[in-house]
Amino acid sequence: MSYQLPDPLEERKHSIIRKTGKQQEEKIQCNQNSVAGAVSQRACVYCGARVVLNPITDAYHIVHGPIGCASYTFDIRGSLTSGADTFRNSFSTDLRETDIIFGGEKKLAAAIDEIVAAHHPKLIFIYSTCVVGVIGDDLEAVCRNAEKQYGIRVIPIQSSGFAGNKNAGYKAACHALLNLMGEENPVEKEAGINFLGDFNLAGEIWINQSYFRRMGLPVVSKVTGDARYEELIKAPRARLNIVQCAGSMTYLAKLMREKYKIPFINVSFYGLEDTAKSLRKIAYALDEPEILQKTEVLIQEEYDKAHLALEPYRARLAGKKAAIYVGGGFKAISLIKQFRDLGMETVMVGTQTGNSDDYETIRQLAAEDTIILDDTNPSELERFMKEKGADILVGGVKERPLAYKLGVAFCDHNHERKQPLNGFVGAVNFAREVEQSINSPVWHWIRKERRAYNEK
Amino acid sequence: MKNKKRNFVNLNINPCKNCMPLGSSTAFKGIEATMVLLHGSQGCSTYIRRHMATHYNEPIDIASSSLNEKDTVHGGSTNLKKGLKNTLCLYGPKLIGISTTCLAETIGEDLQRIVTEFKEEEPRFQDVVFVPVSTPGYGGSNYEGYYLTLRNILEVLTEDAPPRISVNIIAGNLTSADIRKIKEMVSLFNIDYTILPDISKTLDAPFEADYKKLSPEGTPLQRIKTMSGAKATIEMGMLVPEHISPGKYLEDQFQVPLYRCPLPIGIENTDTFLKLLEEISGNPIPESLKEERGRMLDGMIDSHKYNAEGRAAIYGEPDIVYAAAKLCLENGIKPVLMATGTRASKLEELLAPDLGLANDECLILDDTDLETVQSYIKKLGINILIGTSDGRLITEKENVPLVRIGFPIHDRVGAQRKLLCGYQGSLQFLDELTNTLIEEKHSTYRETLYHELYR
Repeated sequence: MSYQLPDPLEERKHSIIRKTGKQQEEKIQCNQNSVAGAVSQRACVYCGARVVLNPITDAYHIVHGPIGCASYTFDIRGSLTSGADTFRNSFSTDLRETDIIFGGEKKLAAAIDEIVAAHHPKLIFIYSTCVVGVIGDDLEAVCRNAEKQYGIRVIPIQSSGFAGNKNAGYKAACHALLNLMGEENPVEKEAGINFLGDFNLAGEIWINQSYFRRMGLPVVSKVTGDARYEELIKAPRARLNIVQCAGSMTYLAKLMREKYKIPFINVSFYGLEDTAKSLRKIAYALDEPEILQKTEVLIQEEYDKAHLALEPYRARLAGKKAAIYVGGGFKAISLIKQFRDLGMETVMVGTQTGNSDDYETIRQLAAEDTIILDDTNPSELERFMKEKGADILVGGVKERPLAYKLGVAFCDHNHERKQPLNGFVGAVNFAREVEQSINSPVWHWIRKERRAYNEK
Repeated sequence: MKNKKRNFVNLNINPCKNCMPLGSSTAFKGIEATMVLLHGSQGCSTYIRRHMATHYNEPIDIASSSLNEKDTVHGGSTNLKKGLKNTLCLYGPKLIGISTTCLAETIGEDLQRIVTEFKEEEPRFQDVVFVPVSTPGYGGSNYEGYYLTLRNILEVLTEDAPPRISVNIIAGNLTSADIRKIKEMVSLFNIDYTILPDISKTLDAPFEADYKKLSPEGTPLQRIKTMSGAKATIEMGMLVPEHISPGKYLEDQFQVPLYRCPLPIGIENTDTFLKLLEEISGNPIPESLKEERGRMLDGMIDSHKYNAEGRAAIYGEPDIVYAAAKLCLENGIKPVLMATGTRASKLEELLAPDLGLANDECLILDDTDLETVQSYIKKLGINILIGTSDGRLITEKENVPLVRIGFPIHDRVGAQRKLLCGYQGSLQFLDELTNTLIEEKHSTYRETLYHELYR
């Protein structure tokens, strides 16, 4: 290859490890602020908060700041709703130069007035952005006043972009949710569960709900996929919290355990193995013979069916190499298993916000010589995908065109996806998408192009 | 109809604009071997990368100084310098654009000073050109960010140069295909030219077996240096404020005469552009373009009756709204609503002569949002939307078809290849509008007439 790929930056060298067989391996450096100039794929605190709260369908999400933050989050997520679709709109105070000088509190209060007058909302979220954090608008006071005046919930979210990384945004969202759920701790719990950390992308939470129904298990509250105000405030009554997106929601689960005495368990519904395991884990946690029995029936019915449906894909995918770069650790972990189930090898795996526990699990699961990276960038993705000869990358929207430029197939495992990838049925969808991309006839032409280039 | 503004001082619902750093990044992406770094928190660069990546279907690498809490209190120069060093090492660009964000501006970062210090501290980067641009998100929209950045590039790079027979083209924020078309048209006049910026290959790169993350394409730096010697500048953009106009800078600083023209979309706007080229080059309009023009006229006749039923809402950046409105008016499609999220009070004055009799029926809104646009759909009997993919919510709710133009287009492929410019592009665009109207008609007229007439 004529073009020399640069080495990773010195400051990033400890965020990249190569799995060896040794027991005592170097620990990966993670959960740090991104290195300036490295071209991180991560977003900011605001993004973390917004992405977690966005799916609450009947909430009015007001972004307090100049226009950009609202423009870039206007209806870009694939969360579906069974009720209101208020959340798809983008509300902004659209701050201007004078507001920066004189402060934006009055404007924000007026914006709330306007929304209340026009829509009679039950719930408004106010997101602070970078400038608001600097000019020091008192969000708490504005929200308190509005709550008093209108008797509705107006919840501030301290999500100034610079105040930490995306993880800090997750925490800010968790605090907002806890604030919404309220101070009261119902002593009498209901039979049902809360499902934390599914965002109903392409209707994924509806798949899970159908499983829970078959298990005879009521869902008290979904956090936050297809959630609504009335449902969320009931969350403290649940018996058990199940947490899928651990990176964003473990924090809330811990807060809820402390405040409402609700225990939690971690689950993942990506891939057959993890779906079956998670369903059983829930059933065991609740420890009711009837639920246990129904769960086994469900798994028996669905697992074998899906396993069989995957057969033709296994035949067409065996031996292919996968690269993974996703947001959270739990997803990366499930994906490694999913690829293994399809007879594929994961050669590179990374996350934006995984923690050391996630990376330890990843390290154990990964095959020898797998590249593991935290908060990576396009240069490293290019370098390691080329080195390892990846056939497909699973990732987010920004990574997609890079994969394509490198002539590598792609699977959209992001917030914009239009088909569900979870549960038994989603595992089959996943295999289909991977197969459709990897075995597309276009690569024939790309390989031909490459051969011609290499012969030159 | 008078320019009636909704009183939305406090609340913008569904923005019809993006922020200044995005416009700035777009401009930098059209310069040879250039990398962009946004001085602010990590999110700005990531959001803008995402927004551009889904529109252009290209990898969009933009660095960030990743400011954090500490930097916000003590100043961000350490992080900015570190960011510059890392980006320069990773990408090896010839030019680096440094655009500020809301955060950097609000904490009062002195970009000029930091860059000067950095150059002294890191002499190994002495050949790199640094272009700092002040683009706070609250200072305007992507429209202003785009032109201001081009102006700053000239301010840094352009030097005195001997006069030569050459023309400068300041391109509006168009598609890569549009830029290719414009270059093709200019070439036909046999005149040397510099087009700034040139996204024809940088944001629509052919597949190559050896992908280069820093595109060597774009306007060559050497050409930008000598734009001062050109015979004239043609600046596309009728609503560009003078203080951010790149063409105005060349005129004031180097006495290069400035000709302003609209985006060459529609027959009259394309005529205007070609006449300018004829005048500046001294060469007549080439036969091949005359043929394209004839074909456009022929096409305009073919579809005029269908177009007569069109009542359009056009929204987006000021200049594309203006150009699309002209094309509609030339063809009997009534642009009953013309809206931009940018401040462009001159838009109404500019359109007045073209609106003529339709003036009373057409509404022009600047500094507005898409909820306002939506609120007029039923009221004004709009049957076609022309604008960015951000109007898809209106399409869903109001059941009006949307013809996608401008930035961003997120829910279709090929935005970067979409051609609107020149006679050929204009006719393609017109055909798309007409066919959209025909499709609406054909899918409804049987039922409509049955209900209306059958007794």
